Amino acid sequence: MISTDIAIIGAGPVGLFAIFEAGLLKMRCHLIDYLPQVGGQLSEIYPKKPIYDIPGYPTVLAQELIDNLVEQAKPFHPGYTLGERIEGLEKRGEADFVLTTNMGTIIEAKVVVIAGGLGCFEPRKPAVAGLEQFENGRGVNYMILDPEKYRGQKMVIAGGGDSALDWTIFLADVVSELTLVHRSESFRGAPDSVNKVMELAESGKINLVLNSNLNSVSGEGKLESVEVIHNRTMETTSYEADHLIPLFGLSPKLGPIEQWNLNISKSAIEVNTDDYSTNIPGIYAIGDINTYTNKLKLILCGFHEAALMSHSAYQYMNPGIKYTMKYTTVNGVTEF
Amino acid sequence: MSDINIVVEDREGNTTELVAPTDMGLSLMEFLKACEYDVLATCGGMALCATCCVDVMEGEEKLNEMSDDEYAMLDTLPDLLPNSRLACQLQLSPVMNGLKVRLHAMD
Repeated sequence: MISTDIAIIGAGPVGLFAIFEAGLLKMRCHLIDYLPQVGGQLSEIYPKKPIYDIPGYPTVLAQELIDNLVEQAKPFHPGYTLGERIEGLEKRGEADFVLTTNMGTIIEAKVVVIAGGLGCFEPRKPAVAGLEQFENGRGVNYMILDPEKYRGQKMVIAGGGDSALDWTIFLADVVSELTLVHRSESFRGAPDSVNKVMELAESGKINLVLNSNLNSVSGEGKLESVEVIHNRTMETTSYEADHLIPLFGLSPKLGPIEQWNLNISKSAIEVNTDDYSTNIPGIYAIGDINTYTNKLKLILCGFHEAALMSHSAYQYMNPGIKYTMKYTTVNGVTEF
Repeated sequence: MSDINIVVEDREGNTTELVAPTDMGLSLMEFLKACEYDVLATCGGMALCATCCVDVMEGEEKLNEMSDDEYAMLDTLPDLLPNSRLACQLQLSPVMNGLKVRLHAMD
């Protein structure tokens, strides 16, 4: 079990800066992120984009900012659990929280800071009635982890992005029958991938169903067929299918955080702007994941929130002890 | 002309005609948020989340062409309509006077 002062959910820029602010107050941090690397949205989505509104940097690349924040946090030796998502949060005793990840990692912390940015990115699901009854091993999956699982079986893939194209190409030789359903009559994916899919269709290795959408799914206990409707003619066609893989990209969601009894408004966590605390004592929310009057979703605002949160967390962990703030120009950065 | 009229239909079917400035560099997403419509725009306007998607009911021909980034994002939506656009990619301009949009259903 990992034990720390502050468990920070989310290793984006605001979470990383919180390590520094907490470190100045001699509090240890452990960060958890579903992504396999730190940096959050900046590293994952736009690492090469310049950012212009970080004080002291006329311009800085997103990844460069992350690298610098990691360097700035180093004196305080943070712990990281990456590639895992926090699933459970349990209050234990007066001041401690126990967090559990989807991989079974347990983290005990005196304070929890949610710095989850946009939240978790979850698969976008098509509005097909009854789809959920075939989830969880009964035929409908939103990502492919082990292609061998599908060997020799009948599959329908829905979607027109690169994922749908790539998996169609890969699985054409693995499954016994593959149908690719796409809403449009053309693809905007990588031209090479589009050509390969067209060749597979022309050679009869896959069924390519264009201008069509998923209409319904059916089966007894497990998926047996997928019905597709043509956009213009409204004709429906049914395909036998052991598996349906809708690949419609990802959508930001709060995920398990929604179940923690926090006050939530429009997919963001309500906080007290005195210290960015939530309605649950000991839990804070900073950065893009929180909301309050006149909230600005800017990295620099998240940095400010991290500083105020740290001082409040110190008081929460050390009730009755008065902390006198000192400037780093006076104290420097004293490592643990 | 610096102000234009835009008709917005929310997800409940309520229609409102709004006056929008074109000299402030606002995108349609920013304008909708300023008017307190339920538009998340979680990515902040980078065409990455599709939570500002609108369906253009009238005036589609007045809009700027779709960029590859916008198309790629829209193309991942399971319920995309032929007239769907990302509001964050539509900068308000005088030619958009009379535009009518409907907030796209949220997943």
